[in-house]
Amino acid sequence: MPKDSGIGAATRRREDARFLLGSGRYSDDIVLLNQTYAVFARSEVANGIIKTINTSEAEKMPGVIAVFTGDDFVDVGGNPAGWLINSRDGEPMKEPKRPVLAHGKVRHVGDAYAAVIAETEQQARDAAEKINADIMELPAIIDMTSALSGSNYVHDEIETNQCFDWGWIEDNREATDNAIKNAHHVTTLELTNNRLVPNAMEPRCSIADYNAANDDYTLYTTSQNPHLTRLLISAFVLGIPENKLTVVSPDVGGGFGSKIYHYGEEALVLAAAKRIKRPVRWTASRSESFMTDAHGRDHVTKIELALDKDNNFLAFRTETMANVGAYLSNFSTVTPTILHGTLMAGNYSVPNIYVNVKAVFTNTAPVDAYRGAGRPEATYSLERVIDKAALELNLDPIALRRQNFIKSDQFPYVTAAGLNYDVGDYDAIMDRLEHHADIKGFAERKKISEKQGKLRGFGVNSYIEACGIAPSNLIGTLGARVGLYDAATIRVNATGNISVMVGAHSHGQGHETAFPQIVADMLGVDPNNVEIVHGDTSKIPFGMGTYGSRSLAVCGSAIVRGIEKIIAKGKKIAAHMMESTEDNVDFEDGVFSVRGTNKTVSFGDVALKAYIPHNFPIEDIEPGLEETAFYDPQNFTYPAGAYACEVEVDPNTGKVSIERFAAADDFGNIINPMIVEGQVHGGLAQGIGQALLEGCVYNDDGQLISGSYMDYTMPRAADLPSFVVDHTVQTPSTDNPLGVKGCGEAGAIGSPPTVVNAVINALRSAGHDITHIDMPLTPARVWAAMNN
Amino acid sequence: MSNVTMTVNGKTVSGSVEGRTLLVEFIRNDLHLTGTHVGCDTSQCGACAVHVDGKLAKACTMFALEANGSEVSTIEGQANEDGSLNVIQQAFKDHHGLQCGFCTPGMVMAAADLLKTNSKPTELEIREHLEGNICRCTGYHNIVKAILAASGQDVSNIAAE
Amino acid sequence: MYNFEFKQPKTISEALNALKSDEAEALAGGQTLIPTMKQRLASPATLVSLSKISEMRGICKNDDGSISIGGGTTHADVAANSNIFPGLVTLAENIGDPAVRNRGTIGGSLANNDPAACYPAAALSAGATIVTDSREISADDFFQGMFETALEESEIILSVRFPVPSLSSYQKFVQPASRFAMVGVFLSKFENETRVAITGASEEGVFRWKEAERALNEDFSEGSITDFVLEPSGMIGDIHASKEYRAHLVKVMTKRAVKSAS
Repeated sequence: MPKDSGIGAATRRREDARFLLGSGRYSDDIVLLNQTYAVFARSEVANGIIKTINTSEAEKMPGVIAVFTGDDFVDVGGNPAGWLINSRDGEPMKEPKRPVLAHGKVRHVGDAYAAVIAETEQQARDAAEKINADIMELPAIIDMTSALSGSNYVHDEIETNQCFDWGWIEDNREATDNAIKNAHHVTTLELTNNRLVPNAMEPRCSIADYNAANDDYTLYTTSQNPHLTRLLISAFVLGIPENKLTVVSPDVGGGFGSKIYHYGEEALVLAAAKRIKRPVRWTASRSESFMTDAHGRDHVTKIELALDKDNNFLAFRTETMANVGAYLSNFSTVTPTILHGTLMAGNYSVPNIYVNVKAVFTNTAPVDAYRGAGRPEATYSLERVIDKAALELNLDPIALRRQNFIKSDQFPYVTAAGLNYDVGDYDAIMDRLEHHADIKGFAERKKISEKQGKLRGFGVNSYIEACGIAPSNLIGTLGARVGLYDAATIRVNATGNISVMVGAHSHGQGHETAFPQIVADMLGVDPNNVEIVHGDTSKIPFGMGTYGSRSLAVCGSAIVRGIEKIIAKGKKIAAHMMESTEDNVDFEDGVFSVRGTNKTVSFGDVALKAYIPHNFPIEDIEPGLEETAFYDPQNFTYPAGAYACEVEVDPNTGKVSIERFAAADDFGNIINPMIVEGQVHGGLAQGIGQALLEGCVYNDDGQLISGSYMDYTMPRAADLPSFVVDHTVQTPSTDNPLGVKGCGEAGAIGSPPTVVNAVINALRSAGHDITHIDMPLTPARVWAAMNN
Repeated sequence: MSNVTMTVNGKTVSGSVEGRTLLVEFIRNDLHLTGTHVGCDTSQCGACAVHVDGKLAKACTMFALEANGSEVSTIEGQANEDGSLNVIQQAFKDHHGLQCGFCTPGMVMAAADLLKTNSKPTELEIREHLEGNICRCTGYHNIVKAILAASGQDVSNIAAE
Repeated sequence: MYNFEFKQPKTISEALNALKSDEAEALAGGQTLIPTMKQRLASPATLVSLSKISEMRGICKNDDGSISIGGGTTHADVAANSNIFPGLVTLAENIGDPAVRNRGTIGGSLANNDPAACYPAAALSAGATIVTDSREISADDFFQGMFETALEESEIILSVRFPVPSLSSYQKFVQPASRFAMVGVFLSKFENETRVAITGASEEGVFRWKEAERALNEDFSEGSITDFVLEPSGMIGDIHASKEYRAHLVKVMTKRAVKSAS
């Protein structure tokens, strides 16, 4: 396959044309005949008892067709958590019901307690204002420490605000305690991992269409995983048979985790469409997105690092409070536990690790997986405490990391946190990083900054992540209630072009371009003759969607397996056509040949024969050329990297600017380097946003203070530098047939500690005795730290 | 309801709107030009950016009636006459200046606005001109690169590829 | 958004007539008013758009050396056409973003008097005169606290007359999310006095920092304000900046304004 179109080529994206011409098809662009509009009445208080809801005035408003309240959904199921976590004492987690509409109590600002369906959106909005709800406000439960010690509960029926108290690995607890007690040096750091709002640029949107004659439903919705959404609605919430519900996620304008989950609005529009027998649509305003999209991060952590006299790491121990908000969102219990605790070895050889996580209910929006999901939290804790240890022991932070790296000849390496890292070369990555970071030139650049009255600092980190979730076998033992394989159907059409139906969903990742590169490479066809179909449960096989940097490693591998089946069947057909046996047929570059002869037949001819099976051994071979493969890996993949950042700090204002940023990553084999670089850029922007700009703030009353772009700082172009990214270190994953690892989250995982390390370095170099500042490092916070 | 008439992408269009109908609602709901998006309600994200009488404007922060008699261009009017990508659009594709595509129409409209008055902008000028356009996917790196390239400048040192 | 009747007069007198109806409100560039209406925080029965009134747009130089800017002049137009007043150019070209600057107007900004808006600082610092349909109001009398001005209901700003200082500078420290001023300092140095107006910082809205003015009148140098401590108690404290930090920024930005104007 020519290198301008197969695996490894920086093929330009075919999906771009429609987006650039304005002909993308996002959910909100879909117009259905006779459609109606849903608008939700949402709680203005964080915690309150719903005493009465009087809808009679609303029902009389012009254009109103129906009004729903929580009473309408008491008989349907709750939106479940997808993962069962047990506490250290073996008790299962507390799992209060999450209803379609709040019933009895509202539990966070924005919690929907009623919905109006009307002829126009404005009419629905006018009527929603006329819903007369008598809600008795209760004190808000916001601070996690108070939530754990107090006697007011977010969910009265569970009589605690603690969802679980999880230990990882509980059997390692004592050994870790002892290692810390007896260590030569212990570095301790308390930090918060700031709460973030995902802010995919496309707000959520759900449109339900019900066909009464067939009793079937179609839901158009902004989802990263239409099959998972269907499964949750069918099996847990509304009980619509899966075969009667089609979920379509057309073009989706970014997700970053927030569109993995099933939300109550989806169930509401489906139920409403059935009741009024007309299509019902709802599109979130950005303000609603802020209040109701699942938020990210929000950990408070104490981490300790124990070292021996030679600066070898002996132990990591953490205690974390993780905010899960008012209800358990679908992945909210796995994110602060399995996706966080198992990563607590980082890139390091360390014999003792113990992680304790208490998950806490509060009167805030649910918190769930957001780009990186648990792994940024682990990396931030580790990489900050390592930098602090280097400060305390007067060591070079790169040297300290290198000394404790797992070495390339130690793989596969089972960490004390229980993961089996298959392959890696962290020193080689650090070599690449040091090259790009131009560490030698730093002193000179620092002088120039100082001449301009600025402090300059340098920071590094290294990170590892577990991607490609997941091995169903493994996650099943860890509490997953679903499997996390993926699937692909390869349909070779009669004329030789190919449709590939995939379970992964593309909402920016470029699957429509990268997946055909795999197919083209394996089958020797023009990638332009390969079409990717995704996002429609009526067309695609049952796959689990896109998150956790899994699409290529899991769904891409399913494509490989499917093509292997196509080739195998093709060989049978070719053998028949060439009057040979399949054992003697080879396939290369799109041509079947009989070994040791000059007989050949093209892939296209085989396809045609499969669909026009005249003179075809119908007893031995079915007609057609279409195969489906499900792929379930044996292990996670382990992308790793090292990042370096230089910042300038204005000592008069505390304002931080990023002057240089370099990223070196090992993603294993790469299908399309252009797309990989774009993914890293985006992750870096989100991580830098977390480090410097973004913070979701609730006040003590549970009001969302950062509830719009007026107060929640999104990274803008001028806040960011150009990035240097390097992916030349490639240790292929040993677990999947492509040798790929995943690149979607790396940037967001590795960058926050890098930036904070650099700022601390800048401030200390100017004589400030500062060891830590909590993110986001806004000018006000940096200035306050400098002046306290 | 009031009548409104304007020229959109060179074509005269009219409709009947309420006072409160926003220009973006008229464009999306009445004209079915759905390339112009709505990403926020505080006039900051720029997904709705269009040109009104040759000037960049946020179609979510204008009433349709304010554009009565105006010339409006949207993303759907940006392609070359034969339907192919124009120079800016092609540069976005060549340099991977988009991912999910939702902010992209606004970015292209903002870029076109910049290049009209500044044919060779610096990287900093580009970044500053995008102050009113938020992208969550790309980290802006490749958007900036695409706009530099669209203006005919060398981008080989902007990043490895 | 609540519905309303939309009117788009072409002359000032038509506009004034239209504004006489019940619960009528003027619509300038709409860059603040429209988002406010979306949140249903404003509900005019009639909205009178001023954007088609050509006599309210444009910039001209008066015989006494001052400049008059039509109330309907956009920020972009001010940025492009006020070269004789560099502080004002800097201010106008840093409001919001390019799209906002193409729509938002000086009259709209002054009439709204957002405590973090930029224009009030320029008007107050330069000692501008706000010319309305019925009178002239000096900037010192015009601004009356957050979102409060001397304007009567249905009174509109036809133009703003700025004396042009010999030196001027606007230093804005942006609130990073909204891009409004977290602190903005406008400094105008005239032959016989220096005026310093601060926006973004005070709970009372834009104000003159008279202590700094006195010091700068005696010695126009950064050093003359180094020892001042601005009392944090009246400052705005929010999630972006504490009162103390804002008070500190006022001083830092004022020094930068002096340096940049010098």
